[in-house]
Amino acid sequence: MRQKVLTYAAPIAVALAAVPFVLPPYQTILLSYGLIMAIAALGFNLLLGYTGLLSFGHSAYFGVGAYAAAFLVKYAGITSIEAFLLGGLIASALVSAIFGFICVRHTRIFFSILALALSQVLWSLALKLFWVTGGTDGLRVPTPTLLGGLVQTTGDKLVFLSRTYYYLVLVVFGISVAVMWLIVHSPFGKALQAIRDNETRAEFVGVEVRKYRWIAFLVSGVFTGLAGTLWVPLNGLTTPDVLYWPFSGEIVFLTVLGGFRTFSGPIVGAVAFNYLKSYAVGLTVYWQFLLGVVLVVLVLALPSGIVGTLSQLRGRLARSAWHEPA
Amino acid sequence: MNLLETRQLKKYFGDTHAVDGVDFSVRQGEVLALIGANGAGKTTLVNVISGLLRPDGGTIRFQAVDVTHQSIHDRIKAGIARSFQLVNLFDQLTCLDNVALTVFAREGKTQRLMTLAERDRPVLDEALELLRQFGLEPKARMTAAGLAQGERKLLDVAVAYALRPRLLFLDEPTSGVSTREKAPIMDIITSIVRSGKVTAVIIEHDMDVVFTYSDRIVVMHEGKILADGTPEEIRRNEQVTTTLLGTSAPR
Amino acid sequence: MDTLVLQVLNSLFYASILFQIACGLTLIYGVMRIVNLAHGNLYALGAYVSGWVLGLLATPGTQPRMWFFVLLLAGAVAAAAAGAILEPTLLRPLYKRAEEYQLLITFGLLLILEDLMHMVWGPHPLTSSALPDLLGSSTILGATYPNYNILVIAIGFVAALGVWAFVYRTKFGVILRATSQNMRMAAALGVNVKRVYVQAFTLGCFLAGLGGAIIMPISGAVLGMGIEALILAFVVVVIGGLGSLEGALVGAIIVGFVRTLGIMYFAEIELAVLYLIATIVLLVRPAGLFGRA
Repeated sequence: MRQKVLTYAAPIAVALAAVPFVLPPYQTILLSYGLIMAIAALGFNLLLGYTGLLSFGHSAYFGVGAYAAAFLVKYAGITSIEAFLLGGLIASALVSAIFGFICVRHTRIFFSILALALSQVLWSLALKLFWVTGGTDGLRVPTPTLLGGLVQTTGDKLVFLSRTYYYLVLVVFGISVAVMWLIVHSPFGKALQAIRDNETRAEFVGVEVRKYRWIAFLVSGVFTGLAGTLWVPLNGLTTPDVLYWPFSGEIVFLTVLGGFRTFSGPIVGAVAFNYLKSYAVGLTVYWQFLLGVVLVVLVLALPSGIVGTLSQLRGRLARSAWHEPA
Repeated sequence: MNLLETRQLKKYFGDTHAVDGVDFSVRQGEVLALIGANGAGKTTLVNVISGLLRPDGGTIRFQAVDVTHQSIHDRIKAGIARSFQLVNLFDQLTCLDNVALTVFAREGKTQRLMTLAERDRPVLDEALELLRQFGLEPKARMTAAGLAQGERKLLDVAVAYALRPRLLFLDEPTSGVSTREKAPIMDIITSIVRSGKVTAVIIEHDMDVVFTYSDRIVVMHEGKILADGTPEEIRRNEQVTTTLLGTSAPR
Repeated sequence: MDTLVLQVLNSLFYASILFQIACGLTLIYGVMRIVNLAHGNLYALGAYVSGWVLGLLATPGTQPRMWFFVLLLAGAVAAAAAGAILEPTLLRPLYKRAEEYQLLITFGLLLILEDLMHMVWGPHPLTSSALPDLLGSSTILGATYPNYNILVIAIGFVAALGVWAFVYRTKFGVILRATSQNMRMAAALGVNVKRVYVQAFTLGCFLAGLGGAIIMPISGAVLGMGIEALILAFVVVVIGGLGSLEGALVGAIIVGFVRTLGIMYFAEIELAVLYLIATIVLLVRPAGLFGRA
């Protein structure tokens, strides 16, 4: 397994590190958005792919991560990215612990709807309590400081976002991938997969199903919250839109686009979706229509997503090569 | 000594008295067969004892401790394990992971998020050894969904056995397999159970199987215990033969 | 006194619209176990089509006539037609697949319908606000209330009665309930399950379209109205119990009253309170007030 990781991960890491030197700033920033969504999707897929719970409310944790940073700026005058990340982690952990505690009492469609309803509590609060949250105008977040000002962050914002901030995103992304990879391959991760496959039996081998689902929910929410925190300085602004339920739908969409039955599926799906969406938005005002068509075709024709389909194809090729007469 | 004792245990489904005031006991170290026609209440009895269903009355004592209202988890910790009539496995996990997961859970290691499961040699070695005993070692890396029916039945038992229980309930371990496969499967299961000194309760339909492999037989009929004795005694019990033949065999 | 009467009437007005949306949602779930995320868009479609039809007639100088009210039905018919097309083409291939895919395809449908309405009718709201004025208003217990709003309440009432009679008093209703309780058994007994599904889906969409059509003269056909309505309909069915028609009615009335109270006393957290009520109901009674687990 270690060898497999090195042969796949090492070249990708090198390529990602080289991006700011090869691609124009706009492309680098676009990739940052993709990597951030990949962190959110990794978290989301711990629930969908590994625990068998479809959350239609993950916008909540992304939004909490984003608003946590924005509140730090507005109410404490703090602009340090380290403080943002810490605040985002704590806030999303708190909210997902509470929401998760409620949601994991249910499974299947009831879980999905409950997760959705809870996320909309936050959305409506962000929308209506405008003197706290800025309402539909949202809250601005300026360019943050890094390592207490040791790293130069003033000056050209484009340069900062496409260089320094890109590497920050890349590092957090790398750590997130490694941590999630460890989690899904840990005994805990196996227990989650057992719950996904057969809840009753999992209970009967001594796995406390509800507790494990809750922990999975918590971890999932924290990853998604972390993504929200990273996203907000890049975007410069957070609005209630990131808490609205269609954004949860996007997270589900991109995960299935990549393939939720594989570890790398959500990562590939997030990056691909990000390009697809920005391309569609640039192409037409009716980008939602385009995305909707892609989603319908995907569900009907390629249910295992990009990664799943590729590995099936590779499997088929390998088999046919195997069966070819020498 | 009785390992398990139920007193006036009841479980009703509406008007159906599936378990109707049952006093059932299992002695330390025996292999007990629980027989009866379809709908006699055998599986319901096991479901209540193992904690899947809540009883409507009566008590369950295990090792002299009242477990009537304990959670499934606590009963497992106390040493009660079970397999399932309709195979209940983790279909997308490999056979090795199916068994290893049980070992991880038993050792309290499933709470570890930051260690690699496949680096835990002691657990994996134990799981592999169990698979070897059940004759499933060659299939260790295959997913449970890919096994043949007989192998799935064995894996189902192996998953329960990996908990190292004191009392193991096996709900029709040979249902759904061909007559030819039954004896080999029962040979494997009973030899493991006896050599591991695990007390076992086997629910079974097949009379040949029951008389060959059990030390004692309990017969259930319409939610109540009809007879209790050695295979010899049960074979000679006319009430049992008429009831069982009368309800399960064509006239 | 008159404010109280007004509040009660307003609550019933909300409840009427909500019931028509939620009833379709819950009927579709009850029969085919699908939660249609695009259901709100069919409600919006009803509003847009009826707004469009009335807009065609509203050339400068013409006064709206009484028979224009009948044209509102166009929205309901359009939504029903859309349902009759969508169920066999998009949903039928997915009944055997996992729930995730069913939810996702209706989400895709939501994105498509949302933009289709934008494409066809543009970004500006459609409305025919002159229409309700035709009916004038009445004084009830000292409160003046528009007759059109009373009509909307009445339509909600008739819809509830109609659906109840349809489901519990007709042969089709028997087949529908049988299919919802055990699809395989119904199929084995010779029920044409495919036809029942398309009929139930069409009926559900008709009700949503009707709700959209009759609210259009008051609040207009606006982009995003479907997405917003769906969430409220979710609250209704969660409170009442997913799959239960009685639940949809009671849930709609509860949500209608809480909304009215909310707008008066706690406008900022009105939605949050609704979602919290739904959450509490799910915690205390997982299957909702009238649901079967």
